[in-house]
Amino acid sequence: MAILEVNKITIKFGGLTAVSDFSLNLNEGEIVGLIGPNGAGKTTAFNAITGIYVPTSGSIMFQGNDITRLLPDKITKLGVARTFQNIRLFENMSVFENVLVGHHLRIKSSFIDATLRTPKYNREEKMMRDQTLELLEKVNLTEYLNEKASSLPYGQQRHLEIARALATRPKLLLLDEPAAGMNPKESEELMKFLKQIRDKFNLTILLIEHHMQVVMGICERILVLDHGITIAEGTPDEVQNNQKVIEAYLGVELDA
Amino acid sequence: MKNMAKKYRNAILTTVLIAAFFIFLSWTKTHLDAYVMRIFNLCAINTILALSLNLTNGFTGLFSLGTAGFMAIGAYTSALLTMPPGIKTMNFFMQPINPMLLNINVHFFFALLIAGILSALVGFLIGAPVLKLKGDYLAIATLGFGEIISVVFTNTQTITNGALGLKGIPQYTDQYWSWGVAIVIILGLKSLVNSSYGRAFKAIREDEIAAQAMGINLFSHKTLSFTVSAFIAGIGGALLANLNSTIDPTMFRFFFTYQILLMVVLGGMGSITGSVISACIITVLMELLRVVESPMDLGFISLPGISGMRMVVFAILLILVVLFLRHGIMGENEISWDMLLGKESGHRGNFGSQ
Ligand SMILES: Nc1ncnc2c1ncn2[C@@H]1O[C@H](COP(=O)(O)OP(=O)(O)OP(=O)(O)O)[C@@H](O)[C@H]1O
Ligand SMILES: [Mg+2]
Repeated sequence: MAILEVNKITIKFGGLTAVSDFSLNLNEGEIVGLIGPNGAGKTTAFNAITGIYVPTSGSIMFQGNDITRLLPDKITKLGVARTFQNIRLFENMSVFENVLVGHHLRIKSSFIDATLRTPKYNREEKMMRDQTLELLEKVNLTEYLNEKASSLPYGQQRHLEIARALATRPKLLLLDEPAAGMNPKESEELMKFLKQIRDKFNLTILLIEHHMQVVMGICERILVLDHGITIAEGTPDEVQNNQKVIEAYLGVELDA
Repeated sequence: MKNMAKKYRNAILTTVLIAAFFIFLSWTKTHLDAYVMRIFNLCAINTILALSLNLTNGFTGLFSLGTAGFMAIGAYTSALLTMPPGIKTMNFFMQPINPMLLNINVHFFFALLIAGILSALVGFLIGAPVLKLKGDYLAIATLGFGEIISVVFTNTQTITNGALGLKGIPQYTDQYWSWGVAIVIILGLKSLVNSSYGRAFKAIREDEIAAQAMGINLFSHKTLSFTVSAFIAGIGGALLANLNSTIDPTMFRFFFTYQILLMVVLGGMGSITGSVISACIITVLMELLRVVESPMDLGFISLPGISGMRMVVFAILLILVVLFLRHGIMGENEISWDMLLGKESGHRGNFGSQ
């Protein structure tokens, strides 16, 4: 069964059609890539799925729920988490706190419980802290626990953003250019890491990526956007040999 | 285990410090004259107000300027709840007081509590439209709210006695009340901002879009922060009314909010200890600066007293702080036991400390 069904969404900004008639079905456990030249509308499509924009037309269903018009926090609560193209960490908070915040959405205690530190709240706080430590261990960030998020090396910041997204316990994870700015060795590690977390956390992953090595390496299926239009869809091999895709990327090396 | 031990140590140290502070308070009763005592009480009240503003502006990243309006609500509520009927009748000589309000009289404790609750209620209600706005627009809207309250209170003759204000409010606010309440608020706020809700506030301050992507409902958390802040400001206003014994609508204008803003910025946005320190410094400075408003004879030249001169000095001070001391005295840091005593501890993000 499809976990996510994007049904012919169109997103316009004034006169500009950033995404037109975009459709996508994700099956549980898949890793799917979304590629395309700069300005193709990839991030805009992500923003529509995660509720930052409401599409001009079309609908988005997640696990049978219509999420087309829901606010981003509601969509996250249903089980869709994401990272951002320009890393958006809580910079002045520690690595530990960044991930801890990701657990807040499940809190049952009221703010009064929290202020008075009632046993109910203390239990929840302890649980959140334990789970955060566990998660940081799984993503190998334990050594940075008390560092300010902004002080981490770039690659680790991307990992932290993923860890923070995992704290919300998503079923679907959307990654916007997770390998941006990484060298080949780092992106190799990232690929392994993504496969690992997919298996450990039973995730479905949709990722935008310019690094063809990463996309071709881990994606089972790829969609290609150009000027908001889906120009190709298929396995990495099919897409790589598609004439339209080659034209769209003219001047851009496919295997760079 | 080490963290647990440290937690107990800190709790004990805090208790000892508070006990020592109360002994000091009883000492002040016999050793400070009325004038100094008044300033000492104002330090506590301004601490409370600075913490109220710091919760929204410093911890949650909401640029709110409604403090004076919420104070006014608290001040009038407490005044009307504590004034004896006879004094009320004397005050309302233009138009009689609303009969429902004439005979109400409650213990000061409940007056403070109700003042806070009413102010919080108003905060909650105006939060709905106002918190949809961001940045400067929020500042303008909350500023407008403060001015509206002042205008409304000038025109509700049978409730607030209008421009005449209220006189003869019982002076219940002594050093125990002012500092007692301040300590409760310091401890409560510290607990709140270090809780999961406080982390959500800080996440909103750091990056709204990312916070929302973490499943944090922006609107409900902003409303929570705004309402708690209004609650605290209402109590601060109430303490002030029962310290001054006289209030009128012009007291609660922008200049008041602006003074509190200076305290928060100077102390450090997002630092509780910073707010306490700078509230005390600025309160004392305010008194010392009265000199610049009185006529001066410098020997070769004599200057007439210019009222409003203090505001000029404060404006300059605020500009200087923003230019040269942007993060304030404390930045976002706190003075804590761990910092004072610990070697391997004291990091702000220390995961073991709550
Ligand atoms: N909020 C907005 N308002 C107006 N135009 C926008 C907005 N967001 C995106 N656009 C426009 O929509 C188009 C698609 O942008 P988008 O960011 O989705 O591209 P992208 O495929 O993610 O590109 P890149 O690879 O550079 O990240 C661009 O022309 C962009 O300028
Ligand atoms: Mg993009």
